[in-house]
Amino acid sequence: MSESPVAFILTGPGINCDHELARAFELAGASPRPVHLSELIADPARLDDADLIGLPGGFSYGDAIAAGRVFAQMIRRHLYPAFVRAIERGVPMIAPCNGFQIAVQAGLLPGPDAGSSWPIDPAPPCVTLTSNASARFIDRWCRIEIPADTRCVWTKDLKLTAASALLPIAHGEGRFVPDVESRLTRLEQAGQIAVRYASDDNPNGSAGDIAGLCDASGLILGLMPHPERYTTWTQHPFWSHLNAADRAHDPPGLAMFRSAVSHVVGAAALRV
Amino acid sequence: MPGMTATLSTAVHRIEVRPRAGRGDPRGEAALRQARSLGLSPEPTRIESASIYLIEAALEPEQLERIARELLADAIIEESVINEQRTPNADATIEVHPLPGVMDPDADAVAKAIRAMLDIEVAVRTGRRYDFHGVDGNAAKTIAGRTLANPVIHGIYAEPFHPEAFPHGHSYELKIVEVPIRDLDEGQLERLSREGHLFLSLEEMRAIQAEYRRLGREPREIELETLAQTWSEHCVHKTLKATVRYRERDAGEITSIRDLCARRDRPGHTVHDDGSVTIHNLLKSTVAAATHELMEDGIDWCLSVFVDNAGIIAFDDEHAVCFKAETHNHPSAIEPYGGAATGIGGCIRDIIGTGLAAKPIAATDVFCVAHPDQFVGDQAAQLPAGCLDPRRILQQVVAGVRDYGNRMGIPTLNGAVWFDNDYVGNPLVYCGCIGVMPRDRIRGEPRRGDRIIALGGRTGRDGIHGATFSSAELTDTHADEFSHAVQIGNPVTEKKLLDAILEARDHEGGCLFSAITDCGAGGFSSAVGEMGEALGAEVHLERAPLKYDGLSPTEIWISEAQERMVLAVPESALDALRAICGKHDVELCDLGSFGTPERELILNYHGTEVGRMPMEFLHEGIPQTVREAVFESPAPAPPAPGRHRRPDRDLCPDPLAALQKLLAHPNIASKHWIIQQYDHEVQGRTMIKPLVGLHAGPSDAAVITPVEGSPRGLGIANGLATGLRDDPYLMTLAAIDECVRNLVCVGVDPSRIAILDNFCWPSCKDPHNLGALVRAAEGCYDGAKAYRTPFISGKDSLNNQFTTEDGRTIQIPPTLLISGFGIVNDISACLTMDAKSPGSVLVLVGDTQPTLAGSHYAMLFGGEGELPRVDLERGPRTAQRVAAAIAQGHVRAAHDVSDGGVLIAAAEMAFAGGLGLELDPGALDARDPIGLFGESPGRYLLEIAADDPGRVREILGEVPMRVIGRFDDSGRLRLGEALDTSVDELREIWRGPLDW
Repeated sequence: MSESPVAFILTGPGINCDHELARAFELAGASPRPVHLSELIADPARLDDADLIGLPGGFSYGDAIAAGRVFAQMIRRHLYPAFVRAIERGVPMIAPCNGFQIAVQAGLLPGPDAGSSWPIDPAPPCVTLTSNASARFIDRWCRIEIPADTRCVWTKDLKLTAASALLPIAHGEGRFVPDVESRLTRLEQAGQIAVRYASDDNPNGSAGDIAGLCDASGLILGLMPHPERYTTWTQHPFWSHLNAADRAHDPPGLAMFRSAVSHVVGAAALRV
Repeated sequence: MPGMTATLSTAVHRIEVRPRAGRGDPRGEAALRQARSLGLSPEPTRIESASIYLIEAALEPEQLERIARELLADAIIEESVINEQRTPNADATIEVHPLPGVMDPDADAVAKAIRAMLDIEVAVRTGRRYDFHGVDGNAAKTIAGRTLANPVIHGIYAEPFHPEAFPHGHSYELKIVEVPIRDLDEGQLERLSREGHLFLSLEEMRAIQAEYRRLGREPREIELETLAQTWSEHCVHKTLKATVRYRERDAGEITSIRDLCARRDRPGHTVHDDGSVTIHNLLKSTVAAATHELMEDGIDWCLSVFVDNAGIIAFDDEHAVCFKAETHNHPSAIEPYGGAATGIGGCIRDIIGTGLAAKPIAATDVFCVAHPDQFVGDQAAQLPAGCLDPRRILQQVVAGVRDYGNRMGIPTLNGAVWFDNDYVGNPLVYCGCIGVMPRDRIRGEPRRGDRIIALGGRTGRDGIHGATFSSAELTDTHADEFSHAVQIGNPVTEKKLLDAILEARDHEGGCLFSAITDCGAGGFSSAVGEMGEALGAEVHLERAPLKYDGLSPTEIWISEAQERMVLAVPESALDALRAICGKHDVELCDLGSFGTPERELILNYHGTEVGRMPMEFLHEGIPQTVREAVFESPAPAPPAPGRHRRPDRDLCPDPLAALQKLLAHPNIASKHWIIQQYDHEVQGRTMIKPLVGLHAGPSDAAVITPVEGSPRGLGIANGLATGLRDDPYLMTLAAIDECVRNLVCVGVDPSRIAILDNFCWPSCKDPHNLGALVRAAEGCYDGAKAYRTPFISGKDSLNNQFTTEDGRTIQIPPTLLISGFGIVNDISACLTMDAKSPGSVLVLVGDTQPTLAGSHYAMLFGGEGELPRVDLERGPRTAQRVAAAIAQGHVRAAHDVSDGGVLIAAAEMAFAGGLGLELDPGALDARDPIGLFGESPGRYLLEIAADDPGRVREILGEVPMRVIGRFDDSGRLRLGEALDTSVDELREIWRGPLDW
């Protein structure tokens, strides 16, 4: 790959975190390319040019019915095959917040079991993200943990310290609920839990303290927190309190994007 | 099979979606918490919620089933019921549905999703159902009316609502109404103004009469309405622009305006022999004069002041930033949720409509309401008829700002709440918005021949008479008379509009429009009238897309329906603009063109001329009046509820009790309940957040990065000193000083601060209120000049009072919000207010004046003295020196001393950083409430390394400073024998009162 990998940033009515998501990709060495939902519906094959995909946060369609529901309908109806083609090509995708809600309802997460192929038609959702237990929108930073056995390309190599192991959340509908109890165990065993809230800092009542999931390949990450808002140390909630050692590494948000970009660059090098 | 489809006729289908048992019902639980906060007896034991979708279309049962299953219900947690009015196992049912014509923002998206799923056109309405347990139908209806719905915009039903058809407007037949005015006498002119809701003065009515006598005809209704909108206080600020004759009476110790004039010439002021002062155009001679004098005196970074929708300053060589703050008080009094949401929505549109469009990057909000615990339980009956419960008002205005700001993706990151029972009938809702733009996009001007293009939302009957309503006084019947002035916003429509406009601004061939403004108060009439002032404009009103049939041309012209912008677009750019709007799903309409031979405003409807007026009369015909203003020092008022003025030492035996009570005062208590509902970090620019430190203390200001990758930042803060209302001159100076200190404390360069004025006043037809306004305006002039902080924009709302059923008038306190923003040269050097390290010392900078007057301590426990004064030489110098100490890296934390005084500010620094603090009894006398709790302006608390005070003293020069304590890791706040308490406990006390 001679030039920096291209990150498609999907925008649309009510999407409002596209700008900082593009910025995060840029800081990590990718070239962001915003594409509007209406342009992609008109020509789904455009997605074939993506090396990475970002499904940003926001209030797509105003959260009508439920967060992400209408946007997910548009994907199910018009774009599902294009997304599956990209996934099968090994394109990493990140879907923070509203993006996660959309991905879950569009049948893109948690996806088929390892070894199974993607269904022809989008699967019905098997997990959901619904009203916070407090029934209220919450913006704050939460302490997080990365499960040691996660397959997630974005999070598995994160180096966290006590002071840096935080991510910002900002949502009203982030409570993770699986369809059946056993789903949680299956996802855990498959290494598909990408991020958890610290068990004493779960902001929304999510089952299993789940903050983010990946698909069986580890390439598609959906999460309620916003790593794209944690790409410089001055975004940390008490950065002026941190010492130089705390701030020696990339902030964890930026490190996640770097992991995915490196993965793409490495994969391209192997092909060459 | 055609036969089959023929049998299927259009009907309204009802789909109900409710949580599955055991899957949680947070919305029902929230409704229960709200119901219980009313303190009614009996109270409900449980409330269940459900969503209702009404769909008008010809649909097969399988299609309905599919909509319910695949789109509306989440199978994992919800179940759906189709076309069945199942009687629930509940004691009472309430349904809440928006009234016909009221914006239902979700409905449109649901209809789109159904179209995407089935390729069928449908109409949708949404509603909500609540099933009550433990109370009967009457109690449920009372609870619904007070917490779940507002009859101004909602229908409240005691059973499932299933209409047979949706209301669809009626067709409209043109009728041109002439209003005879030429032969009216004075009494008849006044009656016409009042009964026609024109809210024009007799002099203004006379000027209109004279103009139509000159024209030799009677005005048409649409022309009178255009004048009423354009000449409204809201649009033209006629009080602030009037000539004022000002007198002081029995003024005692106050700073006399006459003396100020004697000391140094003040522009536009003439002192008369009898001691009165004439001020020609109050605004121009005070607020604006200060800015223009500062610009002549070296300030070269103001790029656009007072002329556009927002004031603009330079940010760096390529970028400018702009700021606008507004109020939306009267709509918020009647429908707080919609009022606050459309308030922030309108302010955001002002930023989009500044220059050739700015990108909104931050929002602010300040609310003034009555005490939330004043009218609960047995006190509920004390609430005047026509007023909403203040707790509900606060909850709903917060929800309104939250839902609009969050959906727009604009971080709301600075604000304040001030509680005073005189806001009971007339709460204040201030909304501010900040934008960033390229410096070559700061000016726009329509050109002759440009098309008049309206973008965004459709026009409906909503919001009619908003401009004139906001200029009128509230009474107990206003909710009925003016419900059409109240609106619900649709933020996604505005977000799409924003996306399209920024793309058009940054179009590769150059900006696609030559001017832009928002449709705010007065709707098209104000937007087109203002843009076309120099050239004239011709409009074809039938071209405006309508929400429903039946609007008259006058209604189309003055409707204040939300989410619309007007652009002047060269014919050659129209196709490119249409393409962008198509991509973003934004409706575009070509209303006409700018430029008429005679510089007129010409209004047509389907080819018939319905109005024609000279632009000159519209914009310059308003008569200039001379208004009387008087200021008297207020006589000591009898203590009103919540405003204790008499000292009562018994109530405050020791500093700990006072500290605890003050931390729990709602003005001071933590606002995290509000802050965390706002997405104050969206766009990823927020570097200093509203809550800071390990333990979320109250930040003095927010800092954002308007330009990614630049080390520069922008600090945002406000100043509000309503405690000093007895002399608005001093109140204003204190507010400016506080705003500057807030900014300095986070690292803003005090030589790069610009400010905004927002006056909210009781009726200025009363010369006493106008006298108070004059003093505030004079304070703006002196304060801005002394601090070298130019005013760049402002707004006023001058009729904030409420008349009760029994004819009593409740006037709000004169309230001036100073909003400020300023440049941070390097964000990595920013400071936060939380104490950082054990062993460092706490330094108090500035003088403490010997008074408790105006303080929160005096409000709670009594206290006397003169009002504290800002020293106009020392205040600015202190700000500069403190900023220098910060810039040179000597300060670890800085916090302004304001509400509650030194002990409150010190405690906040300690608990925010999770440190203990040992105060020095030699520096702070535990028996002296003035030193601990007085609220003299001009003071700062700084955390400094133990070996640094010497160097800081050098930098401060003659500005007084003294070390008053030392931080430690004891977790205790101590002051000799008099005070020894846990900082964590103090923090919990501070967090408790508004932790709703």
